[in-house]
Amino acid sequence: MIRRFPWIEIVVALLLAAISAWALPRLLPLYLLINATIYVSMAVLALSLAFVWGFGGILCFGQTAFFGLGGYTYAVAALNLTGTSWAVPIAVAVPALFAALLGYLMFFGRVGNIYVGVITFAVTLILFNFANSTAGAQWHIGAAPLGGFNGIPSTPPLNMPGQPGNALAPEEIFGVAAISLALSYVICKLLLHSRFGRAAVAVRENETRAELLGYDVRLYKLGVFAIGGAIAGLAGMLFANCVFVSPTMFSLFYAAQVIIWVMVGGLGTLVGPMLGAIVLQMLTAWAGTLKDVSPNLILGVILMAAVLIIPRGILPTATEAAARLGRRGAAR
Amino acid sequence: MDLAFAVFLQVATGVATLLIISLGLAVIFGMMRVINLAHGEFLMLGAYSAIISVRAGLNIWVAMLVVAPIVVGAIGAAVERVLIRGLYGRVLDTMLATWGLSLALIGIVTMIFGNSVSGFSAPLGSIAIGGYRSSSYGLFLIGAAIVLLCGTWAVLRLTPAGLIARGTMQNAEMAAALGVSPGRVYAATFAAGAAISGLAGALIAPFSGVVPTMGTLYIARAFITVLTGGAAMLAGTLSASALLGSVSTLGTYFTTPVLGEVIMLVVAVLLLRLLPQGITGRFFRRAL
Repeated sequence: MIRRFPWIEIVVALLLAAISAWALPRLLPLYLLINATIYVSMAVLALSLAFVWGFGGILCFGQTAFFGLGGYTYAVAALNLTGTSWAVPIAVAVPALFAALLGYLMFFGRVGNIYVGVITFAVTLILFNFANSTAGAQWHIGAAPLGGFNGIPSTPPLNMPGQPGNALAPEEIFGVAAISLALSYVICKLLLHSRFGRAAVAVRENETRAELLGYDVRLYKLGVFAIGGAIAGLAGMLFANCVFVSPTMFSLFYAAQVIIWVMVGGLGTLVGPMLGAIVLQMLTAWAGTLKDVSPNLILGVILMAAVLIIPRGILPTATEAAARLGRRGAAR
Repeated sequence: MDLAFAVFLQVATGVATLLIISLGLAVIFGMMRVINLAHGEFLMLGAYSAIISVRAGLNIWVAMLVVAPIVVGAIGAAVERVLIRGLYGRVLDTMLATWGLSLALIGIVTMIFGNSVSGFSAPLGSIAIGGYRSSSYGLFLIGAAIVLLCGTWAVLRLTPAGLIARGTMQNAEMAAALGVSPGRVYAATFAAGAAISGLAGALIAPFSGVVPTMGTLYIARAFITVLTGGAAMLAGTLSASALLGSVSTLGTYFTTPVLGEVIMLVVAVLLLRLLPQGITGRFFRRAL
């Protein structure tokens, strides 16, 4: 494979983000814009799993653990500190550290890949049950009540860095989200182009072989997992800004959705899961308006169908089909 | 003294509950290496079949001990045929497909029965231990766990069907060469695991409350127990439930139920760091 520096992808991603950050607030009414911000924050979450699962080969069923932790950390930090300038880096750092700790226990214990899936799944469920049980005045961190099932409705919005009084408008928050998505994508691309990223992919392809070539497999997995945790935390921070934090962020419903976006979008690509997140959320939102059908049922059926019919995801299947058509055309 | 005995009884009930909810999962995973993420929903379906039969006027014991396992076993057989059969050997895809099934079942049951909590009260009243009262249903659960465990062991070890099942799991091609149809054995094993899960769901229904999402409350615990147990499914599930059930019940006793669960998870993850192959990866290796 030729290692070409991903100039085109980076420029296109940044351009797209800049254009949508400029244009969408002018085109869409406010409620649609807030929905779009949610979709973009979820696309960041999908990107984090696409990186961890698709390139690190780590089967993480509980990416929402870091997502929810990012949201909760952001809310708690923002309520305790003046302004959100420091809350944002803290909201990225705490999930990353948590992922590093969890990853240390799993990868250095050489827990099998499937077990990693089950453990992360259990972790997000436990966090969900825990967050749900924090109702009442005795559950608070500093000035931030945890609020149990209701979450923290008083989650403050972002402000300009260093100016606590100057809160951002929803239009600006959309811009922040779009640019965060593009930057996260660029960071993932650069990482994958680097020595670290290539070694991580080698580990995914064949752990034993990478190990025999002298790479410490556990360390690479830990690194990928922690970076994924950081990006998921960023997604949680963005989500907290357009809705508010609540235990649902840890829920199985979201945990399943992330997996579905990555599966349907295409495992082993970065763009596929992001597109999958946005398209499928639109679909879920539409399904939510149907009266007699539970959204859980629709998600479940999509997941089963994706596994049985297009196990490799839409983007790789479509790219391959296009390439085959192109070859056939050329042969003629 | 009385207090110690009451606490001991509570711990034993916690262990028995954990064993009951994990056993169906352990059978399906231990025999077939299929990770069934819809296990919680099998429990939920068992609870619903029991509650519906009770409402229809059936005796509560018949509803719990007969109807629930039969209904869920039949559902399990259907699921195996439609969903699992094409995916043997693809562990990841099986996990994802059963997760989809789990969501779909929650959705369907919510659509039919609504999202409200229903339930039936525990039969059998309570008994006095010195100055403390304890539910005799807890005692029944302990008995049920012992019977289930011994029954599963006896079926696998002492009957021809158990021998065929174990042989097929060890070497499907060899079993096929000897005239056994592996597909049928897989289907029967999956259905048996599902039936145990259905029975478990009915048994926990009196104290857990019956909601479409009740499975999600138990599935994490069940998985952690089976993983901690390791390769030998019965000995592993028993030892892991004994350890984790005690930890979580004592944690619950001294703090809150949720913290008890968190403590249990932390213990389990630390244990997996020390014994990556689970408890039976190091101890009781030759056990079933």
